[in-house]
Amino acid sequence: MSVVGKEEGEEQQVVNPWEVSAGKGGIDYDKLVDQFGCQRLDDALVARVARLTARPPHRFLRRGLFFAHRDLNEILDLYERGERFYLYTGRGPSSEALHLGHLIPFMFTKYLQDAFKVPLVIQLTDDEKFLWKNLTVEESKRLARENAKDIIACGFDVERTFIFSDFNYVGGAFYENMVKVARCVTYNKVVGIFGFSPEDHIGKISFPPVQAVPSFPSSFPHLFSGNDQLRCLIPCAIDQDPYFRMTRDVAPRIGYQKPSLIESRFFPALQGENTKMSASDPNSAIYVTDSVKEIKTKVNKYAFSGGQDSIELHRKLGANLDVDVPIKYLNFFLEDDNELEHIKKEYKEGRMLTGEVKQRLVAVLSELVARHQRARAQVTEEMVDAFMAVRPLPNMFG
Amino acid sequence: MGYTKEQLLARLQELNIDFSCYDHPVVLTVEEQSKYVGHLGGALSKNLLLKDKKHRLYIVSALAGTKVDMKILSQRLGLGKGGLRMAPEENLLEVLQVPLGCVTPFALINESASAVSLLLDQGFKSKQICYFHPMTNDVTIALSSSNLDKFLISVGKQPAYVDLEASPVVGKDSPPDLADFVPSGVPNSSESVENVKPTNVPHQNVVPKEKQCLPEVKAKLKVQNKGAEKNQSKTPTKGTNVEKFVNDVFDIISPLFLSEVSKKLNVKQEELSSILDGFREQAAPDLESVTMSLKNASYTAGFEAGFETMLNLGLNGRPPRK
Repeated sequence: MSVVGKEEGEEQQVVNPWEVSAGKGGIDYDKLVDQFGCQRLDDALVARVARLTARPPHRFLRRGLFFAHRDLNEILDLYERGERFYLYTGRGPSSEALHLGHLIPFMFTKYLQDAFKVPLVIQLTDDEKFLWKNLTVEESKRLARENAKDIIACGFDVERTFIFSDFNYVGGAFYENMVKVARCVTYNKVVGIFGFSPEDHIGKISFPPVQAVPSFPSSFPHLFSGNDQLRCLIPCAIDQDPYFRMTRDVAPRIGYQKPSLIESRFFPALQGENTKMSASDPNSAIYVTDSVKEIKTKVNKYAFSGGQDSIELHRKLGANLDVDVPIKYLNFFLEDDNELEHIKKEYKEGRMLTGEVKQRLVAVLSELVARHQRARAQVTEEMVDAFMAVRPLPNMFG
Repeated sequence: MGYTKEQLLARLQELNIDFSCYDHPVVLTVEEQSKYVGHLGGALSKNLLLKDKKHRLYIVSALAGTKVDMKILSQRLGLGKGGLRMAPEENLLEVLQVPLGCVTPFALINESASAVSLLLDQGFKSKQICYFHPMTNDVTIALSSSNLDKFLISVGKQPAYVDLEASPVVGKDSPPDLADFVPSGVPNSSESVENVKPTNVPHQNVVPKEKQCLPEVKAKLKVQNKGAEKNQSKTPTKGTNVEKFVNDVFDIISPLFLSEVSKKLNVKQEELSSILDGFREQAAPDLESVTMSLKNASYTAGFEAGFETMLNLGLNGRPPRK
């Protein structure tokens, strides 16, 4: 079953890799963690990460945005003993335009790469998009390369990062692992996990192993040869959990280590938690190609506000932080903890107005987007080729 | 008699050193210490007291996450392969005059420790706040590395930061890069280490010199040069580390900026340095981003060149390694 939460009178929430929809109050993360069976990332674990990496924890950890995990403590244990691991994350390149929500797992993964000094593989599932969307193979491949440029612009280290697209890379040892995984998962099981129906074509049904096997180091003989038991940590949004539940179930049966996961909440659409960010509605999100003017317009006009309708009422009652989108965005993107707390307090108690909060948000987002655009402008086709070349990474643990 | 914790803290206050103090139950390990202060966002330190075959003592103070390889350190100091051991407990009690589990740079306030050499992890410089024990391990003090430097200078030690994880090749053509850290006199004499004039200064405050940053830059450049000479594929080079590069840039700019501006505006350097720290924090993300772009572009250019060489010249394009 795509996870369905049902309680008397409440709408069901649906969370799987192809659909995320919330009940009335937004996504119930506690229920999700319970139903998926993953663990909560508590303060002690965050402090442990900070101690082991000898640097302050990333704000996504401090603010509880990456909030759930599977076996993260095992990764930390082995790291403390001086052992290694590698990172795996990915993107389904469905559109050319990336918005800020897409960047979040990459921003966090870059922090993990720098903090732990470990290598990273990034999978671009162009085949998945071909199978699920109405795209040609050429278009899927082209989008994968375009997305790779934005990913590179997030600041990944070419000495430690291997980017690959399925259409280019599947084969050899990677394909051998895919088939090993496929043999361990029945049709009924995959339907149960992903919610496939008899009308779905067999391309969809046989896709899951493709996303599972980058968790196994033997899929990358040019990087990890001889190191079959190397552990893997996967930062992702929590809707990807089903793939890795399946992977963790299969791994011991084929003689491999289970991957660990560190999972994030969803990034809200501009118009509010219950709306969807969609490529067809440019006002539903801030894109990395937006100009400062566009950011200002979008935030001012479309960002859903938790403030009151009139200034007098607002000064009296304060803002509702639970639904206020600018505050949620600041939670993700404003680095200074003290300033964030101050803004939240003043806004909640009615002393700060929506306009001021939005103004601060526009400044923060403009800086972020400008930095990204500048880095993106430096990414050449040759650089993409270098990141995607099947090459050894001799300094990957340095 | 050794300094007590209270005397040390009083001295820090006299020197106008900013620090915070956290009480907790006695802790003997970094793991235990982190239970009490780990969540506060600062950098924990691990402190080792080491001894060489000639009974000279070294305090190695590093970020908890830094890997310290005693064999490599021993070679870099010029002591040969197995020249360093953990010092026995008596040395903690007699020379440093601190209890077990309490090795700390602050022990150098004691005159009995005047011949002990101090190696500081350069990683401390990029942390805003670092944690150490004052003379006891039921307290942790939190302060910046520049404030630690102030303290060290006040007790007559020139602070010198080292890349503890580097492992440059040491041989006939490249002498041990940390040889300067080996104490020159017999232990327990009042001759101090690290080329500073000997000072018996338990009761005097030496005002921090203006150019206190320069020895760090020099020590770092020395380590880097030796590493670069023998750039075989075996030894991991830190030459491509973006964070280190950004720190090096700041280390070059900061002292120049501080001394010029403080002269021009007639403001004390200490007042400016906190502004500079904040500025450093703000500029770091953008600086790291452009540096990473440069690194990736350089790698790409090399990669392309390698490809072209193979395509056009095959293996003849590259001279043999051995």
